[in-house]
Amino acid sequence: MSDTSDTVVRPAGFPSGAAPGPLRRYGPWIVLALLLLVLPRVFSSGLSISTMCVMGTMIIFALSYNMLLGQSGLLSFGHAVFFGLGGFLTAQMMNMMAGGEGPLPLMVYPLVGGLAGLVFGVIFGAVATRRAGTAFAMITLGIGELVTSSALILRGFFGGETGITVDRTEIHQVFGLSFGPQVQVYYLIAGWCLVSVIAMYAITRTPFGRICNAVRDNPQRVNFVGYNTTVVRFIAFSLAGLFAGIAGGLASINFEIMNSAQMGAAESGSVILMAYIGGVGNFAGPIIGAIVVTYLHLMLSDLSDVWELYFGLLFISMVMYAPNGIAGVIMMQRPLIRRGQLLRVAPYYVLALIPGLVALAGLSMIIEMTHQLSISASEGLGMTMMGIAFNADALLPWLTAVVLLGGGGWLGVRAARLAREAYGAAMVRGRVQ
Amino acid sequence: MSNADQGGTAALELEGLEKSFGPTRIIRGVDLTIVRGERHAVIGPNGAGKSTLFHLISGHYRPTSGRIRLDGRDITGLSPEQINRRGLARSFQITNIFPQLSVWENVRCATLWAMGYRYNFWRDIDGLDDVRLRTEEILGQINLIERWDMPAGMLAYAEQRALEIGLALASDADILLLDEPMAGMSHAESQHMVELIRKVSENRTLLMIEHDMGVVFNLADRISVLVYGEIIASDTPERIKANADVQRAYLGTEVA
Repeated sequence: MSDTSDTVVRPAGFPSGAAPGPLRRYGPWIVLALLLLVLPRVFSSGLSISTMCVMGTMIIFALSYNMLLGQSGLLSFGHAVFFGLGGFLTAQMMNMMAGGEGPLPLMVYPLVGGLAGLVFGVIFGAVATRRAGTAFAMITLGIGELVTSSALILRGFFGGETGITVDRTEIHQVFGLSFGPQVQVYYLIAGWCLVSVIAMYAITRTPFGRICNAVRDNPQRVNFVGYNTTVVRFIAFSLAGLFAGIAGGLASINFEIMNSAQMGAAESGSVILMAYIGGVGNFAGPIIGAIVVTYLHLMLSDLSDVWELYFGLLFISMVMYAPNGIAGVIMMQRPLIRRGQLLRVAPYYVLALIPGLVALAGLSMIIEMTHQLSISASEGLGMTMMGIAFNADALLPWLTAVVLLGGGGWLGVRAARLAREAYGAAMVRGRVQ
Repeated sequence: MSNADQGGTAALELEGLEKSFGPTRIIRGVDLTIVRGERHAVIGPNGAGKSTLFHLISGHYRPTSGRIRLDGRDITGLSPEQINRRGLARSFQITNIFPQLSVWENVRCATLWAMGYRYNFWRDIDGLDDVRLRTEEILGQINLIERWDMPAGMLAYAEQRALEIGLALASDADILLLDEPMAGMSHAESQHMVELIRKVSENRTLLMIEHDMGVVFNLADRISVLVYGEIIASDTPERIKANADVQRAYLGTEVA
């Protein structure tokens, strides 16, 4: 019956089975490794390096979450459980081995976290993955609550509300690395980040990884091609637990403290935020999301007391207007680049972005002035935004804010429509050529 | 092959099969033997229970009572994936594919279990030559090589129906259950589909539900007529056409 395939000419790009060249296969990873290597030289301030440490940890965490949401269609509300348990187990292990008694160097401790994440992934996964969809989401929510409340009861292990502290310099040292300087921790995290990213990417390109996608698309049909979807979900859940545990282990090494809040609902929500804002439909999405959200988190919490509100707004607008996340928006430009049309559309993006930012400024004025009037009223009504001092109860700032929000919004909507039309026209033009 | 009674081993046997939803009996004691290698069609008016019968055989529903045997082995109450692994694959009346995956990925996913890769999460799927060749062979059979990298959800309707058959073929089953493969197709598309089904059912056992009588009489070795959950006749196309019960219950005067 194979005669038919011989008579048909294979179209361009059709899988030929030829192994990709080494440059194509390993090139991106080598570039990523070099990038991770030089980053602390470019951004060498103490703040930058500790920020990048958090980003590296969150990249692993967000990617592990996307093994569930983006790859397998599993919406979990309790993923921080595995991050937290990985972190706590690592911390406990470090405290047991403190004083240089244990033979293991600090570099391998994230494996303790990974193992813990895997074991608890297996245990909780055996329950949660018996169901899919909404029931699965509810079970994971329950597991999250169960573990965080247990953590407050088991004070000996989890350290109650204060959590437990560790000292990473107390661990057996090799190659003269004390892990006292933050940059050494950076390289430890970067190394694990690279290994984990490569491993998780490789998993997407295995038979199991592809079946996960099939389960996400149409679980019923997967049954009829021989697969047990519960087993597929279970393996995905366990592996996601493994990598979340590694991230948790890195977090406990980085912060030298683990707290039961780090496995609570807020942390589980934050990883959903990262994956979604970055884009769940693309492997790189959660990486982008982890970097952007971590950066915004640090920057906004410095600028505003109500930074969580801005996060909420960002999340809602991403879900509504860019459901494929930042990575999705970038991917949308690829056909334009291929058609050589990006430069003709880009001015329209800028045109839409400017009134958008104006509207955002107006909105944030309203938010901050309201905050000043209500929560911070005891500190007086005087406030400063963008270097301009004014009173939160004066008429002019409120008028300005309303005009900025209304005018910017109105222009922004019109400009966005123009940009959409320009995009459509460019796609058509590109096809004709 | 003209008649089951004249020999040949049974590929599929249904014995006293019943299915009730609450007080409603949908399948009321079906006995049917599908002989290895035959093309067997199930016809019957809307609501007769044809699709329910397929759901029972493929493990989607559990029968209320009765037995189902595949190659002489009891498969009653097994799950869909267990039945598929024993060599039975099916297509669906309403197109049931992986809409976001490419055509290539659709077929490739369907080949994996039968090729023995199961839940393997350590081997590079693009490096599996046997899977690649098998996927290409299936795509060739269903004439979708040209469309290999298109998301399956964006295929034309008739192409999705062909892909649906491809998914059933890919698991390398000996017995194919096709549920209304021509539903919603134009005349020309149906002609293509008949040829496709004829081709892919060579060396296989085929059980299909179909409304298009031209197709059924053209393709089937034997026909069973299902009316209100019971098989009222099971015979060669010629004798089914001549059967007075069948004409009264179902065919009316159109065919006669």
